[in-house]
Amino acid sequence: MSVATRRPAALNALILAFLVIWVIAAAFPFAWTVWGSFKVEADFFSRQSWWMAIEGTRTQAQTGSAFTLAGYEGAWVKNEFWKAAINTLIVTLSVTIISLTIGTLGGYALARSGYRYAFWILIAALIFRAMPHITLVSGYMLPFFQLNIWGVLPTTIIVLVAINQPFTLWMLHSFFLSIPKDLDESAMVDGCTRFQAFRMVIIPVMWPGVITTGLFSFLLGYNDFAVTSMLLAQENQTMVPKIASFLGSIQNEGNVMFAVAAVVSATVPLFILVLFFQRQIVSGLTAGAVKG
Amino acid sequence: MPHRTFFFFIFPSILAMVLFITLPIVSVVVQSLFVQHEAVLITVENCDPFGCSEQTRVDTEAMAKLEAEQPLGQFAGFSNYLNRNHLAVDEIGAIFADNQGFGDIVSRIFNLPFYKALSFTLVYCFLVTPLAMGLGFAIALAVNTLPGLLKGPTIFVSILPMIITPLVGSLILAWMFNPSGILGASLQSLTGDPGLSLRASPVLTWIVLLVYGVWTNGPFSFVVFYAGLQTVPQDTVESAKIDGASRWEVIRHVIIPHLAPLATFVALVQLMDNFRVFEPIVGFSAEANATSLSWLVFNDLVGQDSQLFGSAAATSVITIVGVLILLAPVLRRTWREFNQKAV
Repeated sequence: MSVATRRPAALNALILAFLVIWVIAAAFPFAWTVWGSFKVEADFFSRQSWWMAIEGTRTQAQTGSAFTLAGYEGAWVKNEFWKAAINTLIVTLSVTIISLTIGTLGGYALARSGYRYAFWILIAALIFRAMPHITLVSGYMLPFFQLNIWGVLPTTIIVLVAINQPFTLWMLHSFFLSIPKDLDESAMVDGCTRFQAFRMVIIPVMWPGVITTGLFSFLLGYNDFAVTSMLLAQENQTMVPKIASFLGSIQNEGNVMFAVAAVVSATVPLFILVLFFQRQIVSGLTAGAVKG
Repeated sequence: MPHRTFFFFIFPSILAMVLFITLPIVSVVVQSLFVQHEAVLITVENCDPFGCSEQTRVDTEAMAKLEAEQPLGQFAGFSNYLNRNHLAVDEIGAIFADNQGFGDIVSRIFNLPFYKALSFTLVYCFLVTPLAMGLGFAIALAVNTLPGLLKGPTIFVSILPMIITPLVGSLILAWMFNPSGILGASLQSLTGDPGLSLRASPVLTWIVLLVYGVWTNGPFSFVVFYAGLQTVPQDTVESAKIDGASRWEVIRHVIIPHLAPLATFVALVQLMDNFRVFEPIVGFSAEANATSLSWLVFNDLVGQDSQLFGSAAATSVITIVGVLILLAPVLRRTWREFNQKAV
């Protein structure tokens, strides 16, 4: 680039320094916590010097090795974090699949309807998108108690799907708008019904949009704390509320490393997700921005 | 698309939203008008070999019956909104009637739970949003100058704080800011104050929460602005340079105007998201020094055997009104544009 060659050295150094600081700020907390999760509490929360967490002085003294899996064992085996992990898997996968199924249908309809009400549905969805989730949760609790459906996974899944719908509709709607109308119209001229045109012609070219939207539905289900912590009974908890429950009881018993190990375990899937789908995540955020 | 087909396609979506978003809002409004039943007390006489004593206890049977008959509790009108834990009308009146100057008014109002939460929520919302956007814009400009090979990994690392589960992200930072964590201990030795900790210092708590907010919100602006930078018309940049514009002037007069529509979108999304700030309060255990509206609702609901549904609902309704006020400019603009289009 011609611009890059003419940039003065001082400015270049400044930009580089800024980026290095940012990259450290963004990555160091994760690196530090992952490293520390293999130490004992006296090292990770060392009162003397943080250097002990790097060398693992106390870990060496207590376990005979510089690294220990005690935190992971405590979280996954003793406190049954594996159950929470399975619940998370069930919840996030169901939320993603159901959200996409009903979201693509709705988003397609919104993108292809020229009537006034389609516009109003989108505006209503925008308002719903802005509702803090916890305020909706306080509306669910009492009815769910009365109907006796509180505390189980299916209820939570449906609620998360519904909370996710406004965003999914907006995003898929803008993806569908970018697909020319002629495509489904010519399919219908050839004798397809509307649904066949949608199923056989539009969806195959929509895959990138569906995958991107699916990623965000997955993230919403995976990252949620407000809904899952309030609507799931103790034995059905997913990972995030489980971690929160670690904070109260286990921290007091001096087992804070269990929580650290659980936190690192919950972070790993997200890392893998970004690693493989970085491009889709970036394009998804941009699509919403450019069209919305 | 004919009405019938449209309805057929969108029905599942609409059903989900009506059942689980619209109805809960109605339910919240109704619940906010009720308070939980007062405990039914009965006095029983306990007799043992050493004599008889009278004991007052809660009549669980009668309570269960009452709750089965009226699950919502007692009708209370607007008292949930006006009591000490919400708008605190009486307390505010008392403070204004009898106070020792402006500072006294502020500190006493700040001690009321609702106003404490409201002030932090608003400060978080209106400080984190612009700061995070500024940070994101700066990162976008900087990453744009990098050679291609370094861009991918830098973007990867930059996305992490945004993609992380909010509770997990705030816990990770909270442990580092713990007095015996790496940042907390360093802060103590830097300032020379061995008592400095989040728990002890409200100011530090607010600052750390705001830092967390900027850290986790910055990447979203970065990604959007970075994508926007790729569409800046190079012709305009070149001709501005030929006309003698400096680097800063190109940014100020070409790039920023080009990104302005994107910035409006980012600001809207971030304001909506930051208004519901909640997980960091739990993650940092900051409730003694900083609370938010969402946290108040959570706190009312989380009580093991006495969930204050009425109180939670009243806070929720006030929060929803806050969201609508926040969205009002956008809604008004959309409404106007729509009407112009229709005419």
